Amino acid sequence: MLDLASVDTPRNRLLSVLLLAGLLVSWEVVIRVFGIAPFILPAPSAVAQALWRGFANGPFLQHTLTTVAEVLLGFIFGSAVGLVLGVGIALNRHIAYFVYPYIVMFLSMPKVALAPLIVLWFGLGITSKIVTAALVTFFPVMVNTIAGLNAADRDGIDLIRSLGGTERQIFTMLRLPAALPMIVAGLEIAMTLSLIGTVVAELIGAEQGLGMLMQSMNFSMDTAGVFSILIVLAIVGLVLNQALKSARRRMIFWENAGRASSTPSRRASPATEVENTLAVSR
Amino acid sequence: MDDRISQDQRTPYRASSPNFSAAPGAHPSAIHVSALCKTYGTDDTGVMALDDINLDIRAGEFVTVVGPSGCGKSTLMRMIAGLIAPSRGEIRLGGDIVRGTRRDIGIVFQSPVLFPWRTVLENVLIPIDVQRRGRQQNLPKARDLLAMVGLADFAHRYPAELSGGMQQRVGIARALVNDPAILLMDEPFGALDAMTRENLNVELQRLWQSNGNTVLLITHSISEAVFLADRVVVMTARPGRIAEVLEIDLPRPRTLEMMGSTAFGHYVNRIRTHFGAKGAD
Repeated sequence: MLDLASVDTPRNRLLSVLLLAGLLVSWEVVIRVFGIAPFILPAPSAVAQALWRGFANGPFLQHTLTTVAEVLLGFIFGSAVGLVLGVGIALNRHIAYFVYPYIVMFLSMPKVALAPLIVLWFGLGITSKIVTAALVTFFPVMVNTIAGLNAADRDGIDLIRSLGGTERQIFTMLRLPAALPMIVAGLEIAMTLSLIGTVVAELIGAEQGLGMLMQSMNFSMDTAGVFSILIVLAIVGLVLNQALKSARRRMIFWENAGRASSTPSRRASPATEVENTLAVSR
Repeated sequence: MDDRISQDQRTPYRASSPNFSAAPGAHPSAIHVSALCKTYGTDDTGVMALDDINLDIRAGEFVTVVGPSGCGKSTLMRMIAGLIAPSRGEIRLGGDIVRGTRRDIGIVFQSPVLFPWRTVLENVLIPIDVQRRGRQQNLPKARDLLAMVGLADFAHRYPAELSGGMQQRVGIARALVNDPAILLMDEPFGALDAMTRENLNVELQRLWQSNGNTVLLITHSISEAVFLADRVVVMTARPGRIAEVLEIDLPRPRTLEMMGSTAFGHYVNRIRTHFGAKGAD
């Protein structure tokens, strides 16, 4: 990620808000001055109205909940399958040998292209959305699990082995925790993909959900409504990702410890301070 | 990877060589290496890493191995630890032939090899956890060792909060926590700056004098080898052979000032003759 903390000043925050306001105002002005038809491009005021009506006395909340449930269930199933397959492939050469060709084939294929088939097989209900989401989700989790489990330091493995440790101990004490940062990175990608998979499946055919709602609005040329759904989807994606990020900070707590002492801009860490006093007392 | 000894597939060793001298009976040496060879790859086309190594280390002795890169000194250490199997020859620890990994060896690697998700104290307890000796009984020992390496106040920190020198001290404390008879150190201070390195040499000497372990330390540095050792094993490369074993007759405890003495310089120069003008590197 970019380091933006150094430019995050009160003045810049104000400028940032002004920039957004300026963009919205000029959008509104352009629509009115040039008389652009609302079904081509709605004014921001119309989008805000559609959003308000949708939640206040419309069906937005119900559809949002449906979509979020599909995204989460797809994410959970897909990640679980990805995790199990990843562990199996990383630990067992036979599994790797027989499964790998399919992975390579699957790797380059856009998984969402399977969505029409899945809707055909599993129907218009919630199941086809969960299956599609799971399908696009499991892949990054599996790949990152394999990479993470193979990332353990060789000396660390030798350390446990030299003490008479078993392969199981090497796995639980070293390889799995060492893989955790990569696995969680895979989960972060998976969460984003799960939302994409769900919405695509909903666009193809559904009884409920934001994708289905957007599709029906598109047919009835309610472009302001479509825009308002896009905003809801963006917010849903943002919230889900932030939830995962804070889970990451708690699961991989040692990353924070590392950052604290390796960031040069921060004051001397307690560790280096005591190291210095140790050196003086000697 | 094929030369590693795994849990289920232990490579049978060839019969011990006929020139095996000391009878492994009355006074078994801490480490006894006889006619040891290691070839990587097949015997015909492989690279010979070690050729006919014979070495006898007494219990409580501090032996350093110095030699250029590729002289097989790390291979020697891994074979003593039972992590890889010799191609020929045998190793005995306290009279028993090494057939795999054991529970009474402590290892310190060049990198500290700390697990970042464990606190300093929990890292020291790794051997206890692996060997299921029970954390509670061994907690005092772990804390004592941390105090001995000057890290008593850092028990509950994470490794990333420590400097390189402090991390390596944790590694040393960990290697000693299960009271190993033998401490194997593979260039433990190689990644540290010169001043930290000298300080840790002094500390290691102190630890060894109070604990009485048998130590085999591998190093690139001739002066470190002389400073720490009762005996220095000088190795040459390709194939790895022992060129000379040098008794270091300097009083203990040795001080950093001693490194400027004539006797010290004599030993260093003597070892350096084996490496030409290049030094151990």
